[in-house]
Amino acid sequence: MIEATGLTKSYGDKLAVDDLSFTAEVGRVTGFLGPNGAGKSTTMRMMLGLDNPTSGTVTIDGKAYRELRDPLRTVGGMIDATWRHPGRTAREHLRWIAATNGLPDQRVDEVLRLVGLESVARKRAGQFSLGMSQRLGIATALLGDPRVLLFDEPVNGLDPEGIVWIRKLMHALAAEGRTVFVSSHLLPEMAQTAQDLVVIGRGKLIYQGTMEDFVGRAKGLGVRVRSPHLPELRTALTEKGADFREEDGALIVSELDSDDIGELAFGAGATLHELKPLTGSLEQAYMQLTAEAVEYGTGQVREVVR
Amino acid sequence: MTAANVLRAERIKLLSTRMPWWCAGIAVVVALAYTALFFGFVPLEGETGVNSTQVASALGRTVVLVLAILAAATEFNWGTMKLTFQAVPSRVPALLAKGAVVGAFSALIGLLVGFGSWAVAYLIEPAADLGLASGADWRAVAGQGLTFLLTGLLGVGLGLLFRNPAFALGFALVWTQLIEGLVVLIPKVGDDIYQWMPFFAANQFSGPDLTVAMLKLEPPLGPWGYLAYFGAICVIVYTAGLMITHRRDA
Repeated sequence: MIEATGLTKSYGDKLAVDDLSFTAEVGRVTGFLGPNGAGKSTTMRMMLGLDNPTSGTVTIDGKAYRELRDPLRTVGGMIDATWRHPGRTAREHLRWIAATNGLPDQRVDEVLRLVGLESVARKRAGQFSLGMSQRLGIATALLGDPRVLLFDEPVNGLDPEGIVWIRKLMHALAAEGRTVFVSSHLLPEMAQTAQDLVVIGRGKLIYQGTMEDFVGRAKGLGVRVRSPHLPELRTALTEKGADFREEDGALIVSELDSDDIGELAFGAGATLHELKPLTGSLEQAYMQLTAEAVEYGTGQVREVVR
Repeated sequence: MTAANVLRAERIKLLSTRMPWWCAGIAVVVALAYTALFFGFVPLEGETGVNSTQVASALGRTVVLVLAILAAATEFNWGTMKLTFQAVPSRVPALLAKGAVVGAFSALIGLLVGFGSWAVAYLIEPAADLGLASGADWRAVAGQGLTFLLTGLLGVGLGLLFRNPAFALGFALVWTQLIEGLVVLIPKVGDDIYQWMPFFAANQFSGPDLTVAMLKLEPPLGPWGYLAYFGAICVIVYTAGLMITHRRDA
């Protein structure tokens, strides 16, 4: 379990992370969301002991990262997949990291196989594509077979096949009882990957809880109805006193659920071609919640999704 | 994390890129070639002591300084320093291991340069008095192991302090190639300052006494005193780099 308490980091008088407290639970994939510049990477660097918090603490199973003995055996972290010497081969890169924590070379070959890089193990990392670099970064995180995994933007630069692979890997890792903490800008991807969410904006906590609850906040969007018998349906809805509006030849009905509308349509003799509850998406919930907290807002068009 | 583990990691790191091999090769080849030219073409009027065979050692030391600076500073460039600290969060053991590994590699290059230069000179001028007879003769040749080791530590320290390879290299090259030689030109006090320059000091322990003879200097310290002085400078810079890197954000 990861636990941050009052985590704060300031650079001069600029607060990058502001009194941030959250937890990431065992056996779950926790997504870490926030607009650019919200302080995600700074937070993750503090988790790995790379940056010193100005105040507050972050612990892994109750211990500060710097107190861990052979930390790679407890926490695997990938902050930036480009952290490698371009002239060193993938295998040598993993070998020196493994050596620091007394992990055998055999483990290096195992993780290379696991991420699908065994055929290029003796190639210089500088020749790797972004996707291959990401796989090498993930191999680095997996080296010590850790119970806690941190990934910063792991699907960046991956092809669709690679994205599916990462998603399955995260789920498998969490199912094995590990704590998986993953940041991403790609909301649709996050919606499929994470079970819990930690959302921050301007360094502050905006939301912590399950993905379901979070998405639930963007509900109340209505039900979309298409029918060749629109006049009859309109009359029935007006009689019932329901609010509705027209959009692209369909009706968007609010305050009634799809069961009610279906029965109403049946009673009015209206055939339905479509009856679709407009559930909230992670993207909508996210936009609503972070609209205020966007660091680099662009006026009307807020570009938070890369 | 044990000492053996971090030493092994730093050894893999140093020897798995091409840079150290290139630097080692350049240091040895340049030093031996210069020595060969010097003994082949410069008329030496009977002043060929064993220490004069080390005429090119300063060149080798400069290349090793470059090697050590790159070994430390490029780690910040490529982000591998952050990975190192992720793996060894207490940091100091990893930085000590880097000093030890780079120092040992530098010492090996120093021994190759020292004995190689002596052997080249001996082959070219077999008639000259170049036998390794006295302690001073051995110090001049084998002592390169020590001066190169300390130069390696100095380079790692500079790399850690500057973090940017270009700045660190610029500083080191301007220092060794310009400042140390030019201080002599300062009126009145130039000669005195020159005798406290770090690489002049290294040369007094293990190197030629060409400038001393040329400028008719009377160095204030003996060879071992100069080694201690040079060593202190290198260790202080290395320690400063280590302490600052320990404290700063990675």
